[in-house]
Formats: sequence, C-alpha cells, structure tokens
Amino acid sequence: MTVQDERGPAPATRAGATRAGAAARSSALRVVVSGFAPLLLVALMAWWFLRFGVDYVRLGPAPVEKLAIERVIFRPQEITLLVRNEGPGPLTVGQLLVNQAMWDFSITPGRELARLQSARISVPFDWIEGDPYVFDVITGTGIRHVRKVEVATATPSVSPRALSIFGLLGVYVGVIPVFLGLLWLPFLRSMPRSWMDFWISLTAGLLAFLAIDTFRESFEVMGRVPEFLNGLMLVALGAIGAFLALTGIDTILRRGSESRPAPARGMALAMMIAIGIGLHNLGEGLAIGAAYTLGEVALGSFLILGFTLHNTTEGLAILSPIVQEEVSWRDLALLGFVGGGPTIVGAWTGAFTYSDPLSLVFLGIGGGAILQVIRVLVRARAESGESAVEALAKPRNIAGLLVGFLLMYLTGLLVAG
Amino acid sequence: MAEAAKEHAIRTLTEFDTGKVTRLPGGRVLREYWIEALNKEIEVAPGVRYAAWTFNGAVPGPTLRCTEGDSILVHFTNKAAMPHSMHFHGIHAAGMDGVFEQVPPGSSFDYAFTARPFGLHLYHCHTMPVKMHIARGLYGVFLVDPKTPRPKAREMVMVMNGFDTDLNGEDNEFYTVNGFANVFFRDYPIPIKQGELQRVYLVNMTEFDLLNSMHTHATFFHVYPTGTSMTPTIYTDTISMGQGERAILEFRYDYPGRFLFHAHQNEFAELGWLGQFEVKP
Repeated sequence: MTVQDERGPAPATRAGATRAGAAARSSALRVVVSGFAPLLLVALMAWWFLRFGVDYVRLGPAPVEKLAIERVIFRPQEITLLVRNEGPGPLTVGQLLVNQAMWDFSITPGRELARLQSARISVPFDWIEGDPYVFDVITGTGIRHVRKVEVATATPSVSPRALSIFGLLGVYVGVIPVFLGLLWLPFLRSMPRSWMDFWISLTAGLLAFLAIDTFRESFEVMGRVPEFLNGLMLVALGAIGAFLALTGIDTILRRGSESRPAPARGMALAMMIAIGIGLHNLGEGLAIGAAYTLGEVALGSFLILGFTLHNTTEGLAILSPIVQEEVSWRDLALLGFVGGGPTIVGAWTGAFTYSDPLSLVFLGIGGGAILQVIRVLVRARAESGESAVEALAKPRNIAGLLVGFLLMYLTGLLVAG
Repeated sequence: MAEAAKEHAIRTLTEFDTGKVTRLPGGRVLREYWIEALNKEIEVAPGVRYAAWTFNGAVPGPTLRCTEGDSILVHFTNKAAMPHSMHFHGIHAAGMDGVFEQVPPGSSFDYAFTARPFGLHLYHCHTMPVKMHIARGLYGVFLVDPKTPRPKAREMVMVMNGFDTDLNGEDNEFYTVNGFANVFFRDYPIPIKQGELQRVYLVNMTEFDLLNSMHTHATFFHVYPTGTSMTPTIYTDTISMGQGERAILEFRYDYPGRFLFHAHQNEFAELGWLGQFEVKP
C-alpha cells in the first residue's frame, strides 16, 4: 500500500502547535460525534417504534412459535432432547410425544422459554438400539415441532474407549489413505517428464471433486441448522475467509523466497495442497463423527473401507508438485500428517461436542481452502502471460482433469450407503 | 386454565342441563335452553392451549336433557366472530335444521321442535366447512329420555373427541374424553360402587379419524345403539363408532380395584384417551 506514503501531511500541522492541538481535538471530537450520531438516531428510532409504533401498525397478537430440537442424546433407559426457542417471542413447552405417544418428561430450567433460551428435556425411555424415533414437542399454542432420528445409537461420552474408537476411525478414513497415496511417488517419478501436466491437472480434478463434495455436505447440515442462524452464510464466511487467508499466505511465502513474486512450486505447493486437503478432512471427520452421533448412519465396516479407498486419491493429489523435487522422508511424513491428521480431530469433535453451525463454518473453510489450492496449482503450470483457464484448456489437461474427477466419483460410489 | 378445563371435563360427566321447565296449555312440557357461541382459548393437555369455538364457553357444550314428546325451545345467540348454527340430530321441520338458516355474529335464532325419537343424540354447528366448525369444538350431547324411564343407574356422559392443536386440518394432536387429555386417568379416576349398575352415554365427536372406540377392562357391557331401543343388541367389552355415532353402555363391576378404560385405537389412548374406574366395595 504505497498510496498512503504519497499523501501530504494534514494542513493543520503546518500551523502553530496550539492551533494544531485544538484542531486535532476538534477533529477527534468530530470523528466521535459523526461515528456515534447515526447509532444514537437508530436507538432513538427503535425506542419510538417500540413505544408507539407497535400499536400503530398493530402487529399480530400471537407470533408463531418456533422450537428447534437441536440434539437428541440416547443414554441407557433415557433420552434427552436439547431444545431452543428460536421464535420471535417467549413460548411454553407443553407436551412431548415419542413415536406419537405422550410421555412424562422433566425439563430444566423450566417449561417457559424466553427467546433463544434453551432447555433440556429428559424422558425415561426403554429405547432400542437401531430403531427409528420421532419426537414431537407441542408448545403452548398447540404447534408441533418435529425431530426424526433414523437410527438410535447410544450417544458416545468421552471415555478412553470412545476416544480410541473414533481416533481409529479417523486414522482409517484420513491418515492411512493419504499415506497410501503418497506411496505412488516412485511410480510417478518413473513416468516421462512430459506427463507432468497430466498429473497436475488430474490433481486439480481430484480437488475440484473434493471442493464440490464439501459444499454438498454443507447443504445437508444446513437443513438442520435453525433458520435464524443463516447456515448458507456460515459456509460462505468459512469459504471466503479460508480462500482469502490462503491467498495472503501464498503471497507472503512467494515474497519471502524470491525478490520477484513467482508461483509456489515444489514442497511449498505440496504443503498448500496438504493444508487444503487437511481442512477438507477436518470437515469430513466432523461429518462422520456427527452422523454417527446423530443416528443418521450405521457405520458399517464397508462404509469405512469405502472412505479409505476414496481418500487414497487425496495422497496422490499432494504428490504432483514434488514429483521432480528432492524430498526427504520427513517431509513426506509431514505432508501426510497435515493432510490426513485433521480427520482424527474432526471425528472426535463431531462425536463428542457436535455443533451444526460450527461444522458449517468448518465445511466452508475446507471448501474455500481447496478452491484456493486449485487456483495456485493451475497457475503454477501456466506459462507466462497465460491465464489459469487458458492453461487448463489444453487437451491433455482437460483429460487429466476429467480423469481425476472420475476417479473420485467412482471411488465415491463405495461410500454410497 | 388447566384446572378450569379439568373441572369442565369432570362436570360434563354428570351434569345435565334440563332447561327451564314450564307447562303449555294442554299440559305438555316446554323446555327452554339458552346457548351462546363464543370463541374461547381452552387447555386440552397440560401446557397446550387451543383456540376453541365453543357452545357456552367450553368443549363439549352442555348436555341438553329432556323427555320424548317435550316441546323444545333453544335460544341461540352467536357471540363469536363468524356465522354459526345449531344442528340437532332428531326428527324436526326443515326450518329448524340449522343448515340453511345461518346465524350471523351478533344475531339470535330460536330452534323450536318436539323432542323425538327418544335416544342419545347430539347437536353441532353446521356452518361450512363443517369439519372445521366441529373440530374447533362446536358440539354437545342432546339426550332424549324415553317416557318410561330407564332403570335406575349411576349415569355418565362421555364425549370422545380430538384436538387438532396445530390447526393443520389433517389430524389430531390429542384425543380426550370430555375435553382434557387423560383427565380420568391422572386427575380424577372415576369412583364407582362395586355391583352398581353403570350407564355411560358415549358419543363420538372425533373429527379427521373415521373411528373412535371404547374398551372397558375386566367387565362387559350391554350396548343400546343410539339409545333408541330398550333392548340391548350386543354384549361386549369393545365398541367402535364412526363420526357422529353414539351408544348407551350398561355394565357393573364384580370386583373392587382400579380398572382401565380407553380407546382400543391404542394410538389414541396414548395421545390422551385413557381413563380408569376406581371400584370401591
């Protein structure tokens, strides 16, 4: 930002010191007044509206009640619902139906919920592992608020055993596949140098699939997030934030290494891809842990193996920038951990302290990060004066892109369930 | 509000409105009743309110009782927000049928007819959409006794109904007897004497569901369909009825203790249609 340097000193400083001081004070005052005046007016207007305006426009007498059943916790002989009043006014929790039958329940802190207040509803219930359940909370004005659980599963509590189960899940789904993919390095090195562009565009195809898949996943979660939290914007926040942050990091990295900014290459580029994939895997881990906890899937061994095969292609994606570079085993291990490790963190987080809004932000971050990585990757191969799109639009690159995408699609079929 | 609703349900069990009785020239009995249509919020299950349309401020409306051959005069005033009417089941002239003579808000109408035939009948609003006017609560029992009274018995009125609290017009959230979920199970198990003859006037006013039913535990009852005969037709412990159907049930309990009675549509039972008799020696 050199523009600021060219601006001359403020006129006031050229005058005497006292006058300058007074001017500075008056301008500071002006800043404060001009900054707060609109806020003051808004507050005044809000007061007036609440005091007189509401009666004048005659708002409807009974606002529609909205209650979100945010989470269902299954413990032996007990089901607990975490609910939140997300409507415009206070409400009363009237009755609870479990599979269309009234049940006695206890509720803390109480039946009366202020706007945005949450409560804990507990029901003694002999629930059956694997059965579907429907919960209806009926509030004061008789409205039904529904939550379905497809597969009832004991909600895991933090214990050494649960930690190791979900940790192992993360290792299988994230770490092992990425490392397996890295083992293709000797194979890639044995291929002719002219194939380099193909591998890079194949990687771009793999990554494009992952980015789209991340956003698809976020749409599923969005359906469960209360309307007032605006799930789509949470994803956008994560995606735009991650994209811009990685762009900044990329710029700094390039400026640090050379006098003239150049596209990231080699280990630096591989690390960026690993970070992008790592962020995606964090979201994937969250989703798997949460899906298990929310009773949406029965995690069969087939599903886990499907994920393993599917994610092997992620390791392949990390490799392409370092095919022709000298890299140590330590570097390779680091890349693997950065790419795969976050799955474990995600699985733990998703299983034990799942929050839909937070996972939307993380899914957004994963998606945005991958998009930025694709951009860097493609630009690295572009010849001078060539745009990223022009670089991609060569037959061999288009082929690579499609093969990468298809590879993901076909291995993705294994996860279908 | 819950207490008022429970009290109403319990009172409906045994409270009969026999009207203001005078003699017409020639000796015939004239019974006059006063009914108002009112919008009123009631409670139908603990913590769940319902924006009801009512006859005389509660659901079901008052049980109007008379004897066959009585001259009936019902003074109806509509104090609600839209047109309503009173349609009596019975035999009467066209102009007294409460269908084509809609009563606008603020207006009155006198229904005059002779009570016949004897039996267990009902009245309800017949303004379109009727489904909605009944679901919202505009109904009650119209009981015409035979000239030769039935044998002495402990008598109870039970109106089976449902409440579509979310007003989606498709199904009921709760099912009750006399207007409050599980009131005779939880709040007021009905006390009865061992061996005493019990007579239940059972009326089905459920909307949306085609059938409702009643099942008594550990006893059997004689059924007088629509109460139009003094001879029972079946001896059973479960009876199903369509919308608007009704029957008189007579039974005794041979053993003391607590006995359930409920809809044998168990989904209804678990949504509020559950009660118990407490049989005392």
